[in-house]
Amino acid sequence: MPKALYTLLLLLLLPLATHASEGEFFLTSKPADQARLLQDWAAQPDAARLALLSELKQGRIAADDTRKVRLNNRLRGLIDNALASHQMLSDDTRVRLSAAQQLQKSAQPAQVAFLDRRFAIEADAAVRAALGLALANLQLAASEPSVRLAAVRLLGETGDPQARTRLQALLEPGAETDAAVRTAAQTSLAQVEHKLLIGELLGQAFSGLSLGSILLLAALGLAITFGLLGVINMAHGEMLMLGAYSTYMVQVMMQRLAPDAIEFYPLIALPVAFAISAGVGMLLERTVIRHLYGRPLETLLATWGISLILIQAIRLLFGAQNVEVSNPGWLSGGLQVLPNLVLPYNRMVIIGFALAVVLLTWLLLNRTRLGLNVRAVTQNRNMAACCGVSTGRVDMLAFGLGSGIAGLGGVALSQVGNVGPDLGQSYIIDSFLVVVLGGVGQLAGTLWAAFGLGIANKLLEPQIGAVLGKILILALIILFIQKRPQGLFALKGRVID
Amino acid sequence: MKRRSLIKAFTLSAGLAAMGMSWTLQAAETIKVGILHSLSGTMAISETSLKDMALMTIEQINAKGGVNGKMLEPVVVDPASNWPLFAEKSRQLLTQDKVAVVFGCWTSVSRKSVLPVFEELNGLLFYPVQYEGEELSPNVFYTGAAPNQQAIPAVEYLMSEDGGAAKRYFLLGTDYVYPRTTNKILRAFLHSKGVADKDIEEVYTPFGHSDYQTIVANIKKFSAGGKTAVISTVNGDSNVPFYKELANQGLKATDVPVVAFSVGEEELRGIDTKPLVGHLAAWNYFESVDNPVNQKFVADWKAYAKARNLPGADKAVTNDPMEATYVGINMWAQAAEKAKSTDVDKVREALAGQSFKAPSGYTLTMDKTNHHLHKPVMIGEIQDDGQFSVVWETEQPLRAQPWSPFIPGNDKRPDYAVKGN
Amino acid sequence: MNQPLLVTATQKAGPRLTLAIGATIILALLALPLLSLLPADHNLQVSAYTLTLVGKILCYAIVALALDLVWGYAGLLSLGHGLFFALGGYAMGMYLMRQASGDSLPAFMTFLSWTELPWYWAGTQHFAWALCLVVLAPGLLALVFGWFAFRSRIKGVYFSIMTQALTFAGMLLFFRNETGFGGNNGFTSFRTILGFDIASQGTRAVLFLLTVALLLVSLYLGWCLARSKFGRVLTALRDAENRLMFCGYDPRGFKLLVWVLSAVLCGLAGALYVPQVGIINPSEMSPTNSIEAAVWVALGGRGTLIGPLLGAGLVNGMKSWFTVAFPEFWLFFLGALFIVVTLYLPKGVIGVLKKRNQA
Repeated sequence: MPKALYTLLLLLLLPLATHASEGEFFLTSKPADQARLLQDWAAQPDAARLALLSELKQGRIAADDTRKVRLNNRLRGLIDNALASHQMLSDDTRVRLSAAQQLQKSAQPAQVAFLDRRFAIEADAAVRAALGLALANLQLAASEPSVRLAAVRLLGETGDPQARTRLQALLEPGAETDAAVRTAAQTSLAQVEHKLLIGELLGQAFSGLSLGSILLLAALGLAITFGLLGVINMAHGEMLMLGAYSTYMVQVMMQRLAPDAIEFYPLIALPVAFAISAGVGMLLERTVIRHLYGRPLETLLATWGISLILIQAIRLLFGAQNVEVSNPGWLSGGLQVLPNLVLPYNRMVIIGFALAVVLLTWLLLNRTRLGLNVRAVTQNRNMAACCGVSTGRVDMLAFGLGSGIAGLGGVALSQVGNVGPDLGQSYIIDSFLVVVLGGVGQLAGTLWAAFGLGIANKLLEPQIGAVLGKILILALIILFIQKRPQGLFALKGRVID
Repeated sequence: MKRRSLIKAFTLSAGLAAMGMSWTLQAAETIKVGILHSLSGTMAISETSLKDMALMTIEQINAKGGVNGKMLEPVVVDPASNWPLFAEKSRQLLTQDKVAVVFGCWTSVSRKSVLPVFEELNGLLFYPVQYEGEELSPNVFYTGAAPNQQAIPAVEYLMSEDGGAAKRYFLLGTDYVYPRTTNKILRAFLHSKGVADKDIEEVYTPFGHSDYQTIVANIKKFSAGGKTAVISTVNGDSNVPFYKELANQGLKATDVPVVAFSVGEEELRGIDTKPLVGHLAAWNYFESVDNPVNQKFVADWKAYAKARNLPGADKAVTNDPMEATYVGINMWAQAAEKAKSTDVDKVREALAGQSFKAPSGYTLTMDKTNHHLHKPVMIGEIQDDGQFSVVWETEQPLRAQPWSPFIPGNDKRPDYAVKGN
Repeated sequence: MNQPLLVTATQKAGPRLTLAIGATIILALLALPLLSLLPADHNLQVSAYTLTLVGKILCYAIVALALDLVWGYAGLLSLGHGLFFALGGYAMGMYLMRQASGDSLPAFMTFLSWTELPWYWAGTQHFAWALCLVVLAPGLLALVFGWFAFRSRIKGVYFSIMTQALTFAGMLLFFRNETGFGGNNGFTSFRTILGFDIASQGTRAVLFLLTVALLLVSLYLGWCLARSKFGRVLTALRDAENRLMFCGYDPRGFKLLVWVLSAVLCGLAGALYVPQVGIINPSEMSPTNSIEAAVWVALGGRGTLIGPLLGAGLVNGMKSWFTVAFPEFWLFFLGALFIVVTLYLPKGVIGVLKKRNQA
């Protein structure tokens, strides 16, 4: 106990000391004392201490002090809580709002008195509501049934997963004796659960869409090279990889040359990745694939050889280890839609990006001269050649386009997963399935197949696990192909060999 | 024309025949040591740096005059992440190249694949990676951690005040033997500490799993029920998507700390660590450990990487399995000196009780009977520069328990190496 | 290992020399295991390493031959033959695991806290039933898949991708620990087979001889097939399926028969492969392995019987050599090889040799 006494003594002395010496004292204390100090600070906020706490959050006691404060997760949590407590004293409504939201998660019983005082004088409606919830969490343990009742009712209006746990704890046998509060708790619990369910379903739908958009980006390039040109490009995955490594290179370059604009490196990476992948693709088309048109199964082997070479080349150039591609600020974090639903920015951007790429590809194929030529060559190579279409050039450009789009996909993939030499290998089978399921040569089919597979995967995953879900989907695809051997959207034709 | 095709065919077939034979045109008076790490395929990401570390250590030993007056000659082969090829290559190393010792393997399945070969031919393998235990072969020395040297101290830390006093545990792993066994041991351990089954969730993902949206959502849901910690045995490659998803869905280390057993400095190289500050890893060594031995070790490695122009040399880091490789090779050299021979049986005998001042700052000892090192356990917190700061460590090295007492039936196992376990 | 000699010579010197050389090769292969039984210091002794390496390559050669039956003759490129190979291997592995664990459960099941064997392990302690499984598991799967696939006339690229999806699904399934086949670790640490020590020279020699025998039987089977009317229907199927149908043939039965036969051959090869290399694990089902098998066939020359054997030998021999000689560059060699073969040797090595002979 002498330790507690010591702290108490110190607390009495504190108002006399400046906050700089408070920081000094914090720095030299033991972790357990530091924790107690932070709890005390949280219960009795003092506006003068705000600067110190903000600095502590950065791991130091003053901006000009180079000594590092050794923190652990417990202390970090307590600092967040104490800081929020102090921020309630701020004049800025937004600061108070976010502080109140933080307090909903972390407030301790010792802070009830302070929060009560703030609640009474809070003028802004939103902050008041948030603060009321933070207070309600703590008031569940109040001694007066009427206070508890009000708290329970208030909690029923949130969709906060923690509210459910708290209410469930209240409903444990013997926990709550007042019958009115008990009934109210039951109603509130049902309300909260309903809200949580909605959040969960929306979350599932979103992750399905997100997975679908990733499949779409991975498969879209293939839909062109395989679907239109009939080339089984096993090196397609490596085009994705090249795109991702281009992103990495752009990031490194910009760190060196333009550190101010580093935030926007993915945007710069897009044209670079497109150019590199398309360039490599066209080179391959001219040197290897050109000789193999009409022999799809042999292109499979040759392109597999190409993929081996590309993987090992990247491995020798960049090392076997993954490279670091970081999310810029505007792609990190997420948008809190509901208390239990956060939509990550990177995934939202990728969904939008995937749709934009599909749209552009569609426009390119259907509204431009090149697109017309590509479609002509696809449908009847000899006839197109007779009409003066330079089929060789069209082949090269189309293959370049497909590879370039794969490169764009690589940029997107680098924002959600690994960037390593094996990146492409993990997408190649899925890409082929998407294209085959959608129907070869059909952009719309590819779109539907990608989103369909993504959503089906995510619906099955919580029920039977990721692996069985995937196996089931593979089995379903195999069965589906029985029914419609040409995929979802088949070209109708009467040609037979 | 005819003759030429005949000659061609002959050279071709001679070449083929020669593949089965060894290439024994080497200088005399060297001791050959085998290095059996995948340089291509899925495991290249982890194993390539161990190969380089082994080569560096051998170079250092040679610079000091070799072993028993002879230079060491490394024989590097590439088993290409292909498990049958591991067995084939180890047989080749032992019978064709006649190496005195082999340093290698990373995955458990590769070790299991070569084990019968080493036992049959009485070879010697040094295995440098933390693993699930449940094995104790006289032909293998394990310089990585057994479960009690990594997993259990980490959970004890999570239960402590400083670790956040977690009440609920989400055990997340890649579906293979190491996570399964570790989690089995952990579950038994948590039970013994009074944690009920409803507060433990065990989830496995397949290899190379990259979509962690559903799992992170589940962790979030689970963590609403009380202070939660995630114990991750997720395999190297899947960690980037996992941590990225965690950060983007707003789960912070202060809310739900993740302690990982397979994430080290090398893995963090591929991750932007700023959103991960505060997450934990349990190992027996961290690059950031501050002592003279480690300073030299790290400096040597950086210089070596630069001199050899290894990929990513400017950002070269050391990690636990690399330290274990380094310790293993040095210990073998010491034992061979002591035994005045590289004969497997003599070296094995000399290895018992051998000790070495390791970069971890401790003097590590090879156990007298159970072929494992006594190792300290450290819990490190991820920093924003991709390094770990040690927040907790054991007071002294722990003896390994390859047969965990938390797995039924292990109490009957002998605590010394027996063939065919 | 000396097939190039055989082939060139074959082309040069009529059937009599062919027979003579073929016989020499067979004799050499038969002698190899006997030489391995010699004491270790004997000059002619063949090491266990060489024996297992050649044994492994022979197993791959059988796979290549089986794949060639469906690809080279019937025009169905399967990218899923690794699945059938692994299924045969797993069936044999189940027996070997039961042998190794005796009355208790295999070790990986005790990790999962299982107390009894799952139903599909029933009877696997009997060698005879394990042999039946070796044939039945790949055979039935091929039958079901083939029946569905050929009924709706899936062919060409679609068929290849579906088979690839099939083996991928199989790999995922076997990677799961709960599936009951040891997950990622698969089966290792075999001890005895029919009571004989699996690591002994004698057992190795017998297994090797069995592999040679299976290879010869497959070759004979392939030869009979190729010469029969059945073989000609298959070739017609490959070249113009619709015309064949207009002639009144129903191609489904032909396809199904050769497809199942090929799968069973793969399963048998797998069953011989596992005790020789000492491990079976789901990575055998990885799509890459099956693509590699296709490469063996393409390299050697499809539509011939000797070609696939040659291809399997060449690629695997090179792999074994390059991974020691140039560990960091062997993928370049391998990759370049595939490109060169498809670009310049459309008929494989066999094609080159034949052409030379004609010139």
